[in-house]
Amino acid sequence: MKETRLGEFEEVILLLVGILGEEAYAFKIAEEFESQTKRSVSIGATHSTLSRLEDKGFLTSEMGKSTPERGGRRKRIYTITASGQRALEVSREFKLSLWNQYPAFSSGKLSFGF
Amino acid sequence: MKQNQPIPPKLAKKLLVRFLRIDLQEEVMGDLDEQFYVTLKKKPLFRARLNYWYQVINYMRPFAIDQSKSINSNYHAMYQNYLKIGYRNLFKNKGYAFINVGGLAIGMVVAILIGLWVFDELSYNKYHKNYDSIVRVLRSDTYKGQHYVSASHVRGLGPLLRSEYGSHFKDVVMVRARIEKRVVASGHRRFTQGGYFIEPAGPEMFSLNMIHGTWDGLNDMNSILLSRSLAKKLFGEINPLNQVVKMDASWDLKVTGVYEDLPLNSEFNAATYFAPLKRYIDGRYKDDIWTNQFLHIYAQLNPGINAEEVSALIKNTLRSHMPEGTSTPTLSLHPMCRWHLYSEFEDGVQVTSERLKFIWFYGIIGLFVLLLACINFMNLNTARSEKRSREVGIRKSIGSARGQLITQFLSESFMVATLAYVFALLLVNITLPWFNDVAGKVLTIPWANKWFWFCGLGFIIITALLAGSYPAFYLSSFRPVKVLKGTVATGKAAAKPRKVLVVFQFIISITLIMGTIIINKQIQHAKNRPVGYSKEGLLMFKPGSPEYWGKYQTLRNEFKKTGVVHEMAEANYPITNIRGNNSGFMWRDKDPSFDPTFNTIMVTHEYGKTVGWEFIHGRDFSRNFQSDLSGIVITESALKLMEMENPVGEVVSWEPGWREAANFTILGVVKDMVKGSPFDEVRPSIIFLSQTDLSWLFIRINPKVSAGEALPKIEAAFNKVIPSAPFDYQFVDELYDAKFRSEKRVSKVAGFMAVIAIFISCLGLLGLASYVAEKRTKEIGIRKILGASVASIWRSLTGEYVVLVLLSCLIAIPIAYYVLQNWLQKFDYRMEISWWIFVMAGSGALLITLITVSFQAIKSATANPVDSLKSE
Repeated sequence: MKETRLGEFEEVILLLVGILGEEAYAFKIAEEFESQTKRSVSIGATHSTLSRLEDKGFLTSEMGKSTPERGGRRKRIYTITASGQRALEVSREFKLSLWNQYPAFSSGKLSFGF
Repeated sequence: MKQNQPIPPKLAKKLLVRFLRIDLQEEVMGDLDEQFYVTLKKKPLFRARLNYWYQVINYMRPFAIDQSKSINSNYHAMYQNYLKIGYRNLFKNKGYAFINVGGLAIGMVVAILIGLWVFDELSYNKYHKNYDSIVRVLRSDTYKGQHYVSASHVRGLGPLLRSEYGSHFKDVVMVRARIEKRVVASGHRRFTQGGYFIEPAGPEMFSLNMIHGTWDGLNDMNSILLSRSLAKKLFGEINPLNQVVKMDASWDLKVTGVYEDLPLNSEFNAATYFAPLKRYIDGRYKDDIWTNQFLHIYAQLNPGINAEEVSALIKNTLRSHMPEGTSTPTLSLHPMCRWHLYSEFEDGVQVTSERLKFIWFYGIIGLFVLLLACINFMNLNTARSEKRSREVGIRKSIGSARGQLITQFLSESFMVATLAYVFALLLVNITLPWFNDVAGKVLTIPWANKWFWFCGLGFIIITALLAGSYPAFYLSSFRPVKVLKGTVATGKAAAKPRKVLVVFQFIISITLIMGTIIINKQIQHAKNRPVGYSKEGLLMFKPGSPEYWGKYQTLRNEFKKTGVVHEMAEANYPITNIRGNNSGFMWRDKDPSFDPTFNTIMVTHEYGKTVGWEFIHGRDFSRNFQSDLSGIVITESALKLMEMENPVGEVVSWEPGWREAANFTILGVVKDMVKGSPFDEVRPSIIFLSQTDLSWLFIRINPKVSAGEALPKIEAAFNKVIPSAPFDYQFVDELYDAKFRSEKRVSKVAGFMAVIAIFISCLGLLGLASYVAEKRTKEIGIRKILGASVASIWRSLTGEYVVLVLLSCLIAIPIAYYVLQNWLQKFDYRMEISWWIFVMAGSGALLITLITVSFQAIKSATANPVDSLKSE
């Protein structure tokens, strides 16, 4: 049995793959992660997560084009699969339901003290 | 692309390629390159490179690592098999394994013991924390064309060094040169103890480890620092701090500190107390006395100051202060690290000390024994391993590479070496108390010292390599076809080095056997020497209390009343040393240019009766003749020097230089008294009568009572007259025996070495014998079938070794004779080397050889020929 739940980091990476579309390969994803979250991450860590997500069946990949700044090497482009899409939705809905149950937010009032 | 464009670090890239899965390499390297160039746009090259390294290291994750390159678990099984085979081979023949491992272990034991001993010698005085900066001041004088180096100094030098060269020294400390034996008492507990009188800065300079109190404890004149053991003896469990001890029944000293006993390998280890030097001097010597040398001077150099430079500076300090025409001393500094091993001077020049010679001597012996043990181990192994040539053949034909076979044999030899090392450690643990006793040390195995284990490991590796290399490299070179067909003729030449080795080992063994015999004979010879007085039942001691003065007759009467004391007398020196030497004697017909030195002794009337003089001419001192006060008794050798026909009544005049000449009449001549070393020429002595008290007391126990019965009575009588001093007596015969201590030590070490050498030689012989017997199995089988008897086969197998041992004897005898004759030259009173010693050592070696070889020979000779011949 494969683990099919999403961890926090996995979820963010999965979302970034969706955001980056054609440009979703390990280096870009790591760069995007850093610029969006202001947290540093190594390419290795990103790559390891990507390959784990691929094992879980949330991602597929294929070799893409090469560019000169890569020394003529090709890159691996990741795409979200249907089950990946579903996992993201499940995760979002679960969180929304949690938000709705939280009284401070569900009543529409923010308790910021006014 | 630009030529000079920076590129990612090559080494990191190499590393990445090494561990990364092949299928990931393209994308990952592409990603990392991209990352590198992007970083380079924003940050300096250095940061970009660093980041690249960071990324590479972060790729060391399970998903990315190439699994195909990891360790193959089959190797593990292979090593396991090697050890198993090695283990089976070892235990297949337990007796052989025992001899093999035991021999190596004994070699290691010798090496470890000697190693510990050498280490201890080299670590002398390191206990003191300022080891590197402490120096002592030496003084060299010239007297009658001879140079003398001494560490004793005048009172004035310390203050002089402080005032003139203070900037170089952190501290200068003066210490009473000799260890002072004093009676230290607290209540009823009184002990005669040795200690030093030292200046207040001493405890800090020598970094005494204080248990109570501080280093500044000696500032007050009436204070004292005690060693932990003395404090315990005096006060038991009570806190000794601020208690008062009485020294020599005259000084009350307050205990201001207790220090941990100094270890045996410290210069000051004998000190059970440190008392203020001021207390010792007690106003007796002024600062400006420049002739009485009674102090040692130690100094601690300031950081960065070099002892040699300061030596050059202070060289002539004393000269301007010396009284006209006395001497022109030269001063120098002697660093602490050189005190123990570099302190022997001859004619003012430092010479290789006896201790350093011993270190070299034992060090070389240790290495030698280890080497012999290793070679034997290798020999025995080789002889045995030829049995395993079939195993090698099969392993090879199944597919073992040569490298693997080498590994196999080496790992086996590692196993055995480790086993031997473990045994060696056990044996060292068992023999260490004995060795300490012989060497006069307190060595311990430094279990916690990492260097000890490091050396042990090195030991194992070297031994294993040495011992395992021959079978490993030789056997693995066999061609499997030949081995399996049985046509390998393993070298006939291989027996030759073994023979040389056996001869060599036996030369050493026989030399050592002869050495042991001769050393023991020499000691016995000296022990049987007539000493001119009777040692048995003679007590000697130093009362060491002012209460004693003037009570000679009271004490004597009290002793005589007990009925167990035959006689009591006094002398100015113990009967077991030769202090007190004087020249300036004149007699009739003396050649004026001849001025011999005599050992001069002051005694009371009863001395002769007490020690048991044997008179040749004349009579003893007598209280009946007042004129005897200017009478003397001389010894036989003194008479010989004076060349008198009728010595009794002759007059000898003495002008010692420090007083007017006086005339003495010879009353009698006694047999020579051996007071110094029993190995030395006896000193001619002249014995004078004294009217005042003398510091040494002699008691002759009534020969009809036993010492055990007499001692309590004597002690009771003594305490009645002199309650303030302990009755610390010594038996003269025990003191005399102690003079043989260093020779006995040499004898024990030589005996030990001889046993080890014989054992190792026998192993070598066994190796050779079993090797040859192995070779000749078939020959012996055929001989037996043809009708040879067991006896004739035994003869043919042993004859060869008898020749070898006889050859060793022939070589060893002249070597031993030369070495031992040289050793005997050290002694004035020595034995003659007689021929039977050589015969005994030689026949002993021959006997041991026959026993060892027969062990193998009889086994081969009684074997069933069918067994040896069927295995074609």
